[in-house]
Amino acid sequence: MTKEPSRLSRALSDYPLIPLTLLLVVLVVALELLRPGIVNERWIANTIKFAIPLAMLAACQTLTMLTGGIDLSAGVAATVVAFVMATQVPVLGVPLAIAVSLIPAIAMGLLNGFGIAICRVHPLIMTLGTGLVATGCLQVYQRFVIASGSVVPESLAWLGTGRTLGLPNSLALFLPFAALILLAQRQTGFGRLLYAIGSNEGAARLSGVRTWQVYFTLYALSGVIAGITGLLYVGLIKAPSLSLVNPMLLPSVAAAVVGGTSIFGGRGGYGGTILGALILTVLGTLLTLVQIPEGARGVFFGLIILAVTAIYMRLTNQT
Amino acid sequence: MTQTLAKHGWTLGLAALFAALLILTKMIQPDFGLSGLDSLGRAALPFAFATAAMTVVVLAGGIDLSVASMMAVASVTGARLMDGATETEAVWIVGFVLVVGLCMGAINGALIVFTRVPDIVVTLSMLFVWEGTALLILQGPEGGCAVWLTNLILGGLTLPLLPEGLTNWLPKSVVLVIVVLGVIWVPIRRSKLGLSIYAVGSDPLAAYRSGVSLGQTRIIAYALAGLLAALGGLSLTMSTGIGEPIPGPYLMASVAAVVLGGVALTGGKGGLMGPILAVFVLRLVRMDLTLLSVDPNVTTIIEGTIMVVVVMFGGLLALRGRIR
Repeated sequence: MTKEPSRLSRALSDYPLIPLTLLLVVLVVALELLRPGIVNERWIANTIKFAIPLAMLAACQTLTMLTGGIDLSAGVAATVVAFVMATQVPVLGVPLAIAVSLIPAIAMGLLNGFGIAICRVHPLIMTLGTGLVATGCLQVYQRFVIASGSVVPESLAWLGTGRTLGLPNSLALFLPFAALILLAQRQTGFGRLLYAIGSNEGAARLSGVRTWQVYFTLYALSGVIAGITGLLYVGLIKAPSLSLVNPMLLPSVAAAVVGGTSIFGGRGGYGGTILGALILTVLGTLLTLVQIPEGARGVFFGLIILAVTAIYMRLTNQT
Repeated sequence: MTQTLAKHGWTLGLAALFAALLILTKMIQPDFGLSGLDSLGRAALPFAFATAAMTVVVLAGGIDLSVASMMAVASVTGARLMDGATETEAVWIVGFVLVVGLCMGAINGALIVFTRVPDIVVTLSMLFVWEGTALLILQGPEGGCAVWLTNLILGGLTLPLLPEGLTNWLPKSVVLVIVVLGVIWVPIRRSKLGLSIYAVGSDPLAAYRSGVSLGQTRIIAYALAGLLAALGGLSLTMSTGIGEPIPGPYLMASVAAVVLGGVALTGGKGGLMGPILAVFVLRLVRMDLTLLSVDPNVTTIIEGTIMVVVVMFGGLLALRGRIR
C-alpha cells in the first residue's frame, strides 16, 4: 500500500476516460474483424440510438452514486411515465399527457428523498420499496385505462427512431442533456455538493450543507431524468407495456460502474458513464453476432463487466 | 429478562404480528386450517431460503444481488438431473446441487475478496453470469423431481411415535425450513465462525486487528449464502416439479424481508429468526388479502407500502436512539 503510484497509473487516474475510450475502440475493431464491413454509418447510428436511453437512465445512477446512493426505482419510474403518457394521449392530447405523466416520477423521487434524507433509510432499500409500490400502482392504474387504449405520439416516435442526415434524432435530446449534466456536475454548486456529500457526508454537514435539501433535489431530479428516458424509450420501442424499461435498470447501474463512478460516492462522473453505456451496447452487439447460446451471452456479459471494473480500479488506484 | 426483551424486541414484535395475523386469518376464513397453513408454508419456502441466504451475507457486511439467479441454477440443475433418475439417485443429486450452490457462493465471495471490487458490483455481474448458466442448463421450464422430495413438503407432519392428531396441524414445509436452517445456522452461530461473521460485519478493521481473517470469513459467508440459495432453488423444484431457468422475484423480496426482520444493512446486527418471521408475515399478508378478495395488484401496493413504512419507521427509531 505504500508503493508509489507509477506515472502511468497517475496519468490514468487523472484522465480516467482514456482507458475507457481505448476499450471502446478495441471492441469496435473486434467487431469489424469478426464481421468485416459491419461498422458503417448505419451501424453507428443504430448503436447510438440504443445507447442513448441506457446512458440517460445511467445518469440517474451516476448522480445518485456520487452521493453514495443508488436509484433502483429509476427503471420503474421510466416505465410508469411511458405508460401513463401513452394511455393519457387519447384523453388529454400530447403536450398535456407528457406533463401529467411526469408527475408520478417526481412524486416517486420526492418520496425517495423523504425516506433517505429525513428517515435515513439506505437508498438501496428506499428506492427498491418505492419501485415496488409504483409497480403495484401502475398495475391498478392499467385496469382503469384498459378501455381507452394507448397511443405513442408521432413526435416521440420521430425522436426515438427517426434519423436526420444519417444521425439519430434522439441526439437532439441527448446532446443538450449530456452537456447540461456534465456542466452541472463540475461547474455548479449543486454538482459540487454531490461530490462533497459522497466524499464525507459528516464533513459536508458540518460545513453548513443542508444535506436533506440536496437529497430531495437529487432524487426528484433522478425521477425526472428517468421519466424523460421513459418517454424517449417508448418512442423507440413504440409499444408501452408494464415492464417496458425495467430490464434496463441493472445495465444502467453497470454502465455507471463500468464508466468509473464509485458506488461508495465522491468519485467518477457522467463522461465515463456515457462511454460505459456505449461500451455495453457494443458489447451486446458483439455477443449477439458471435453464434453462441443466449445463456453463454449472459455469462460473458457479466464476466466482462466484472473484469473491466476490476482492471479499471486497479489502473486508477481506487482500492 | 428486560435485557433479553430489549435485544429480541424486534423479533418478538414480529412474532406477535404473525400471531395476530393468524388470528385475523382465522376470523376472515373460519375453516382456515391445515390446508391453509400448508399452502402458506409451501409459498413461503423459496422466499425463506432466499432470505436466509441474503441474511448471512448482510450480517457479514455484504450484499448478494445474485441470490435469485443462483436459485435458478440450483433449480434447473436439480430438475435436469432428476428427470428420469431413480428415487435413490435423487439423494445424490440433492447433495450435488447443494455442493454446486456452495461453490457458486464461494466463487462470488472469492471474486469480491480478490478483485477488491465492491460487493454490489461483483454480485450484480454474477447475477448475469448465473442467470446465463441457468439458461445453458435448461432453455425453458422442464425437467423432473423425485417423488420423495415432493412429498417432503406436502401436507402435515406425522411422526412415527406420536399420535397423528398431535402433530398433523404442522405443515411439513414449515418444519423443513426450521429443521434445515437450524441444522445449518445454529452450530455456525455458536462457533468461532459465527462470531467472525458478526465481527467482520460490524467493524472490519476491529475484526482484522483482533485476528479475524477478513477474506476467509467473507468467502465462507458467501458460500453459505450459495448453499442456502441452492436449497431455495431445490424447494422451487420440489413445489413445482420442474426447473425454471428464469429467476423469480426473490432478490427484491429477500432484501425486503431482511430489512423487515430487523437486520441492519450495514452489517453485524440482527439474527436469522427475524427475517424468516418477516417472510411468513409478508406471505400471510398476501394470503389474507387474497382471502379478502382484494385485487392482487393492490396487494403489491400494500406489500411495498408496508416495507417502505417499516424501514422509514425503523430509520427514525434508530435516529432517535443515536441522538439520545
